[in-house]
Amino acid sequence: MTPTGASPIAVSALDARSITRWTLASRIAVAVALPLVVAIAFGPAYLSANVIDKLTTLFIYILLAVTWNALAGYGGLISIGQQGFFGLGAYATVRLADAGLTPYPALFVGAGLIALFAYLISFPMLRLRNGELGIGLWVLAELMHLIVNLDSLVQGETGTSLIALNAFSIEARRAYTYWAALGAVAGLIILLFILLRGPVGTAIQAIRDNEEAAASVGVRVKSTRRLIFVVASLGAALAGALWLASATTFQPKAYFGVQWTAYMIFMVLVGGLGTFEGAIVGAVIFFLIEAWFGAFGVWYLIGLGTTALVFALFVPKGLWGLISSKFDLQLLPLGYRVALPSLGRSNR
Amino acid sequence: MIWLNQILQGTLLGGYYALIACGLSFMYSVMRIINLAHGSLAVAAAYALFVLSDTYELNPFVALVIVLPVMALVGVALQRLVLERAKRGGTLVPVLATFGLAIVLDNALFQLFGADTRSLAPYIDELSYASWQIGDGLFVGELAVMTFATAVVMLGGLQLILSRTQVGRAIRATSEDPDTVGLIGIDGRRINAIAAAIAMVTVGIAGFFLALRATFDPYAGAPQLIFAFEAAVIGGAGSLWGTLVGGIVLGVAQSIGAQISSQGFLIGGHAVFLAVLLVRLSGPLGTLTAIRLVFRRSRK
Repeated sequence: MTPTGASPIAVSALDARSITRWTLASRIAVAVALPLVVAIAFGPAYLSANVIDKLTTLFIYILLAVTWNALAGYGGLISIGQQGFFGLGAYATVRLADAGLTPYPALFVGAGLIALFAYLISFPMLRLRNGELGIGLWVLAELMHLIVNLDSLVQGETGTSLIALNAFSIEARRAYTYWAALGAVAGLIILLFILLRGPVGTAIQAIRDNEEAAASVGVRVKSTRRLIFVVASLGAALAGALWLASATTFQPKAYFGVQWTAYMIFMVLVGGLGTFEGAIVGAVIFFLIEAWFGAFGVWYLIGLGTTALVFALFVPKGLWGLISSKFDLQLLPLGYRVALPSLGRSNR
Repeated sequence: MIWLNQILQGTLLGGYYALIACGLSFMYSVMRIINLAHGSLAVAAAYALFVLSDTYELNPFVALVIVLPVMALVGVALQRLVLERAKRGGTLVPVLATFGLAIVLDNALFQLFGADTRSLAPYIDELSYASWQIGDGLFVGELAVMTFATAVVMLGGLQLILSRTQVGRAIRATSEDPDTVGLIGIDGRRINAIAAAIAMVTVGIAGFFLALRATFDPYAGAPQLIFAFEAAVIGGAGSLWGTLVGGIVLGVAQSIGAQISSQGFLIGGHAVFLAVLLVRLSGPLGTLTAIRLVFRRSRK
């Protein structure tokens, strides 16, 4: 996926100036996506309350999947502690609302503050690698959970609720939460799309594949990693704040639980680690599986774990990886494609 | 006196953390894999011991003799079916695969045994509460001392295996360079399976003491993994005796934290872990590394 591949084919193709980023499929996909988002934005005008609630949940899942994928799939940074930022995002909203800020701006201000916190802790934490980073962030999440429990406003595991939401009617609340979730997920996707398509995307993937080699050609390893980590933590914090807005109650255990990261891993592994479309596909699949099988309780969780294990071992590129390599399909033009005139086929 | 007692009890608690951490540390130093199912496997072993003691009315120590060989086989299966394949997929896949395995194990245990907390304490008579008085108002639990002694013996045993036996030398060689050892007649796959078996035997022993000293439930695996990881990292990942030091530091931090506040037990442990991490990572020659270098030099 590098602009100037080392193979002779890529170099000769470069001479022929036949490197493209857009394909017919990706043009159609983006052309369809934009009006679709507009149509979704007007959802509260014509969709039932139940569908609006379901879609809000789906947006939050997509937000989690896309940001965890940016972190792990593009950045090679495994975090088992994103539930920490999820919980802190919700907690910051509760605190800001208690201080008198209107709930909906509080969601975004709170998530922004947590992103700032993520920036600060990234200095020590990102020195860790792989599994060490994963569990290190998990410990941090546990510590945040315990400290939030100490707050008298939260009253330990009893929790509290976003009382300020009572100022809105149920219909208005539903629509606002829906728009906030849609705005957050669309904003984060666009931000990540711009970042990952540009020099940052090339740099972060180079770091993921070989840190020393990337550094040797002038890639700024630390700041690139930090940027991706902060954006991913912002996504998790936004997701937590939005979850609070739709659930209204804040019980620390429900927000700081490691199951959130388990869900993120499931979505990204099944959809396709390291592909932008895959994370979205994974979130939709997880959403459907939860709707159909969530009632099975423990068996459902066993099924999720087994599926994640099987995908990690046997289908590491996920479902989207299978589809895109089989049909040579890419809906979002993130990579570079080298067209070979003699063969007629293109090579990602 | 209260503080002295807390430090004493914390040190003994550290023996348990060293027990649970040593398998994790061993696997990391030999195979470069952090097994996120580590805690869940210890809890699974605890349940196996519970079933043998409760349903089949075996003495827990007899049950342990049955469970440990089974854990060795579990280790071989884990290596062959999961870790070996995961390792080939790069550095991310082992983390993701073992995390998936942990979720499966935790929920399967919940499905089998329900949410009730269990303990082996009722099956070991007075050992669960007996204690020795070692000073004015200072008592040490017999079980806690036994746990600590087991940790020392086990770490020493692992050290002996690694430094003195043919298998140990092969394990060290394989961890240095898994591809090249084939050239000198070592079957890397077999050695890794043996190492995984050894690691799982230590996990079985840790599960035994987990069940003896406290209660456990199907979701106890995650905290055990975190404690093991904290002890291993505080002590310096991959160093066996460091693991004992790490366990003691963690245990003392938790005991002192518990004395300060009712919520302080876990906060104390996590805070010390993060503090050590900050200090260790704060420069190319972190404080602990510096201390260890000085120590190493003085031994020579």
